[in-house]
Amino acid sequence: MFDRENWGEILQSIGKNKLRTVLTGFAVFWGIFMLILLLGLGNGLRNGFAYNFRNTAENSISIWGGETSKPWNGLPANRNIQLTEEDVEALRHTIPGLEHIAGNYRVWRGNSQLQYGNNYGSYNIHGIINEQQLLEKQTVAQGRFINEVDEQLKRKTIVIADDARKELFKDEDPMGKWVNVNGVPFQVVGLYASENEGRQGMMQRNPVFIPLSAAQQVFNAQRDVDEIMFSFSDASLAGAAMAEQRTRHTLARMHNFDPTDDRAIWLDNNVENVSTFNGIFTGISGFIWFIGIGSLVAGIVGIGNIMLIVVKDRTREIGVRKAMGATPANVIGQILMEAIFVTAVFGWFGLALGVLLLEGLASVVPGSEFFRNPTIDFRTAIWALIAMLMAGTIAGYFPARRAAAIRPIEALRDE
Amino acid sequence: MIRLTGIRKSYRTGSSTLEVLKGIDLHIAKGELVSIMGASGSGKSTLLNIIGILDNYDNGEYRLDSLLIKGQSETENAGLRSKYIGFIFQSFNLISFKNALENVALPLYYQGIPRRKRNEQALAMLENVGLKDWAHHMPNELSGGQKQRVAIARALVSGPKIILADEPTGALDSTTSREVMELLKHVNRDMGMTVVIVTHERAVAAASQRVIYLRDGMIENDRLDPATLLADVR
Repeated sequence: MFDRENWGEILQSIGKNKLRTVLTGFAVFWGIFMLILLLGLGNGLRNGFAYNFRNTAENSISIWGGETSKPWNGLPANRNIQLTEEDVEALRHTIPGLEHIAGNYRVWRGNSQLQYGNNYGSYNIHGIINEQQLLEKQTVAQGRFINEVDEQLKRKTIVIADDARKELFKDEDPMGKWVNVNGVPFQVVGLYASENEGRQGMMQRNPVFIPLSAAQQVFNAQRDVDEIMFSFSDASLAGAAMAEQRTRHTLARMHNFDPTDDRAIWLDNNVENVSTFNGIFTGISGFIWFIGIGSLVAGIVGIGNIMLIVVKDRTREIGVRKAMGATPANVIGQILMEAIFVTAVFGWFGLALGVLLLEGLASVVPGSEFFRNPTIDFRTAIWALIAMLMAGTIAGYFPARRAAAIRPIEALRDE
Repeated sequence: MIRLTGIRKSYRTGSSTLEVLKGIDLHIAKGELVSIMGASGSGKSTLLNIIGILDNYDNGEYRLDSLLIKGQSETENAGLRSKYIGFIFQSFNLISFKNALENVALPLYYQGIPRRKRNEQALAMLENVGLKDWAHHMPNELSGGQKQRVAIARALVSGPKIILADEPTGALDSTTSREVMELLKHVNRDMGMTVVIVTHERAVAAASQRVIYLRDGMIENDRLDPATLLADVR
């Protein structure tokens, strides 16, 4: 049924009705085009959001001290919980499969001032240990990051990003220069790659990093930390829930608060965030397929409809073919192959144009936190092709059945 | 070749049933050239359709080359038509987007004959009907007589045993009609094919060897002498 003779017949009858074929094909072309476009844009959204997670280990939890909301063991509510390095050590020994853990101390922008010569700037100051780099995935652009020796010796070293370099040093090379942090001099040892390269507005400044020990000393913070962050090996939801529970119990014991008091500490579970995010995008993907398939179905109905008209139009021709010895299978085969052929050709154009447009869009539109790299993968394209061929088959089947049922006598009756 | 016994056929239109054939007994031997005449509504086209396995019948028995034609599937019927029968129609029924050669080659296509061989046979047949030079013309570039000759070539090309012609001269003028009849006689005489023509033109019927006259779904006269038809006209 797929030999050259048949193709000749199909091409001939398609060629005979160019306008009709083009109009029909357009519906399928558009259906596939929209499906690909929608899927690509959906991927763009997903990629954009995924980009936001790039600076954090996906299997990580951050903890902030809060204020108790329940009395516990004779202690009143509304006590502030201040995390310390003892908590870090306690967690290090109680979280199963722990990979990295680091506490950091923060000074907010309003409370800090960096000064170099006549240049001033206010930045968030993070007192960190070098393990923090492994958790937040910062990359060093020049020089080095805060290291263990800095921490042990409470060295006054500082790592800054490009925005601070421009504001404080203008065109000068910052490496080895001394910056005053609230009046205390720190030596610049490195530059890290900024994540806010595109938009350095007043609100969006990259923090500067100094050793935790030095920060605690300069800002008189004893062994306090503001945030504890750790990563663990079991990145499943169950593993994350377990790590979360262990954290609450450990800190409740350390700080004497009710383990069920969910305001005593604030806990940000990245595993849960990532899985929520994945859930949302699975939903969006499903919705897009639904809409896309819907527009494809409109195309199929269009083709099916036109093929029905074609069959009616060609009743006499089909009658003649039957009189000349065409079997029902010949007739069904011809109509079906015609529908599949038209669908496949125009669908392919829709696919190609959709992919091309997405590629163009991906190269023109700059990536942002919401939208980035709107392309579809090879597997999606294959699925779209399969959907297309199924569409053609469905579109051709019913008209073909109708054609096969044509009785030659009725077709050949002279009016 | 064709043996009909007590063939009955009725059509249901809404609530009423119209009996078109009311018991036809007919035998047409191999190599005969037969005309079927009758007023419109006498059932002659229905009879031709039954003989051509384009329509089924309600009662009786139809044997084609001693094979009982009853209850075959559509696919089997298609095979029988392809093997035994060549059709010629009043309005030619050429496929408009195929040229003369492709039209003639169509029955061979459905017999699964390869393209090259098909086109050779079709061209030979066109030569036979005197249209070799017109092989690559489209139907709308041909005159009525030429179209009918292409249609005849198409009917002949697969070497059928029977040619069934439904008003083959109905759309032609008298000169062309005569040419077409000469061609059919040639087919009958020189190729040995059984030819059955449905017509209401006495001149056409007069050119055949035997005339069957139908009235109200019954055979009124099975052995009408063609000569008397012409006498009648004069």
